Amino acid sequence: MDLDLTVREQDGWSILSVAGEIDIATAPSLREKLHALLADGHTNIVVDLDEVTFLDSTALGVLVGVLKRARTEGGEVRLVCNQPRVRKVFEITRLDTAFDVSSTVDEAVTSAARE
Amino acid sequence: MGDHIELDVPARPEYLALVRSTVTQIALTGSKLPDPRIEDLRLAITEACANAMDAERRKPEAERCPIVIRCDLEADHLAVEVHDEGGGFDPDSLTPHPEVTKPDRLMFERGLGIPLMRELTDKLEFRAEGGGTTVRLVIGAHLRA
Repeated sequence: MDLDLTVREQDGWSILSVAGEIDIATAPSLREKLHALLADGHTNIVVDLDEVTFLDSTALGVLVGVLKRARTEGGEVRLVCNQPRVRKVFEITRLDTAFDVSSTVDEAVTSAARE
Repeated sequence: MGDHIELDVPARPEYLALVRSTVTQIALTGSKLPDPRIEDLRLAITEACANAMDAERRKPEAERCPIVIRCDLEADHLAVEVHDEGGGFDPDSLTPHPEVTKPDRLMFERGLGIPLMRELTDKLEFRAEGGGTTVRLVIGAHLRA
């Protein structure tokens, strides 16, 4: 099962919308897309997880790695997620405190712009 | 004794979604686990199988074995064992992660699977078996706080 990954720009941020299930089979394509964005100089990224129906620790590892790399380059990675089952994974691991998790892309971008 | 169902699955990541879906369907069909516990099972079994597949994939391809998933359905709980022949490991040897509020927490991109499984299950055991490891996870029908 493949992930559906689409990128658009909004207010100077790259918005990566992800749809599908993220596990060890599909996480490499997510990692590849995020690393390609960083390599192209897009260091401010919103990852929209609203259409993600499943996410495991491999996905968390990818997001943590990209957050670390973006911050090293002066950027930021923010998440959009309203799915309780996905949010729960961030809450259990307490990574909801490491990431800024918003309800909408607009909120994520606005929240970022305030800083 | 409740129902027992056993699956042999190639240690290849593309089968992980199938395992997750199948074990979820087994639980929906043969157990009284409420939906939130089914979701806990779905994630915990994925983590256990991903670790087992990783262990097998460290071996040369010709020596890899299928991973074995054994489901035991009881009135008030579901027990699932995941076995690999990947050489075994000591879960207590894992380095604890720093608190997420500390900057060096971001140095750890791996190792979240076992802590997640501990949070999601009522009982989690690792034992050496054959040439590898068996993980046994138990999920009860009660809702957790």
